[in-house]
Amino acid sequence: MLGWTAGIIILFVKLALVLVGLLLVAGWLVLAERKLLGRFQIRYGPNRAGPFGLLQPMADIIKLLTKEDLMPDGADRLLFLYAPAVVASTALLIFAVVPFGRDWTLQGRTIPMVVADLNVGLLFVLALSSLGVYGVALGGWASNSKYSLLGGIRGAAQMISYELSLGLSLVPVVMLAGSFSLVDITRAQTPMPFIVLQPVSFFIFFVSALAEIKRIPFDLPEAENELVAGYHTEYSGMRFGLFFLGEYVTMVVLGALVAVFFLGGWHGPLLPPLIWFLFKVLLVVFVLIWTRATLPRLRYDQLMNVGWKFLVPLALVNIVVTGAVVLFVGA
Amino acid sequence: MGDHTNLLKSGLQILKGLGSGFAVTFRHLFRKPITEQYPEFKRPLPARARARIILTRDPDGEERCVACYLCSAVCPVSCISMQAAEREDGRRWAAWFRINFARCIYCGLCEEACPTLAIQLTSDFETCQYDILTLVAEKENLLVDHGGKDKQYNYYRYAGVTMEGTKGSHVNEAQPVNLKSNLS
Repeated sequence: MLGWTAGIIILFVKLALVLVGLLLVAGWLVLAERKLLGRFQIRYGPNRAGPFGLLQPMADIIKLLTKEDLMPDGADRLLFLYAPAVVASTALLIFAVVPFGRDWTLQGRTIPMVVADLNVGLLFVLALSSLGVYGVALGGWASNSKYSLLGGIRGAAQMISYELSLGLSLVPVVMLAGSFSLVDITRAQTPMPFIVLQPVSFFIFFVSALAEIKRIPFDLPEAENELVAGYHTEYSGMRFGLFFLGEYVTMVVLGALVAVFFLGGWHGPLLPPLIWFLFKVLLVVFVLIWTRATLPRLRYDQLMNVGWKFLVPLALVNIVVTGAVVLFVGA
Repeated sequence: MGDHTNLLKSGLQILKGLGSGFAVTFRHLFRKPITEQYPEFKRPLPARARARIILTRDPDGEERCVACYLCSAVCPVSCISMQAAEREDGRRWAAWFRINFARCIYCGLCEEACPTLAIQLTSDFETCQYDILTLVAEKENLLVDHGGKDKQYNYYRYAGVTMEGTKGSHVNEAQPVNLKSNLS
């Protein structure tokens, strides 16, 4: 009985820590992105709120919370209200299966540094990232605005297309690790991270994930110069904030997934595992921001060509080659 | 076989293009930002920068404004209003003079229209207020105790107008020619 209660308490503490940590990182990531983009464009970025602009996220949150929550005439009330929550919550839920440190022993009880070690963790990740499409498509549709609708349709088409190469690029990883669990995948990378063995797979995953989280050069669903703001054009206040938050949480989650699947998770010499994990996540996030500062947006047909004619065949070839190597050489 | 080398070549080209782009942005990350931080650093203004309006005085310390309404008439946004009055010695002045800076577009037409150089634009541009009504300036807010851009100019002296007694004379005015001096 005591053990059961302790388990529940430990679970809730872990949940709270991960949730708060993720939200804090996402919040300050907004600032980090704005600052870095500024430096990439030889300007300072926000530096007025607090020392070095470190309180800017607070100012943003206060602004978003105090803004009027508008709803367009003819909007589908229920869908309009719930779409942002879908985006934000699916992004947050993915992190539940991500291991972020070595198992920890407290008074003879082992505490795994992961919220839930699912044996189908990878499928859980893919399923939730597919669910995220609903938030985008329904939010765009429910707004009763042409720009939102166009953005939502683009979002749905793009995310479904790239889902395919995203899933296919992870098949070799599963072959090498022999498990769907993210904990086992991390453990399989103890000798060497999978990016060394699977550079092609890493490349496909990274590009597809860029499209999946709708970032430049794949930000067609919110292309501001064509569609105002795409699927969240009609949103304001904290509902827009939820879309925004979801986007940045997805960035962190993507960093975490790249770290777990290809960069060896929390493994690393000298420094403690959590530090290594954070370092790898932030490295990926930096590359995302760097990409945003460098590349222009693709055209819609180019986007579809890259996805269907290049990434999907490449991923299939990669699976065949990996399978052959694993079969003949042995894992 | 030719197709393969072409594919390889274009692939390398793509990589080179992407790589050089990423290298350029990465180099910029370490450059010093060129932003001028405004309240700490104020860029020197051009000599003829136009901002907040003042009413100047002539060298004798009298108000230059003669309430001719020209500035008010020329103002494209109608932000200047006044009431003309006459002093006991016959000199005209504005009983009240009001500029609505919330409406003013700082075009400088009032300054060009002014025959007495009374109304002038200064380079003091930081006029933001939280309450819009505080932007309505009355005469006591506008009047300064110097001559602005031309310290020496005195309209009444150049116009040759005297307030009382006989007809006065203009500065540098030639004496009237005696037409009959040719007859003698």
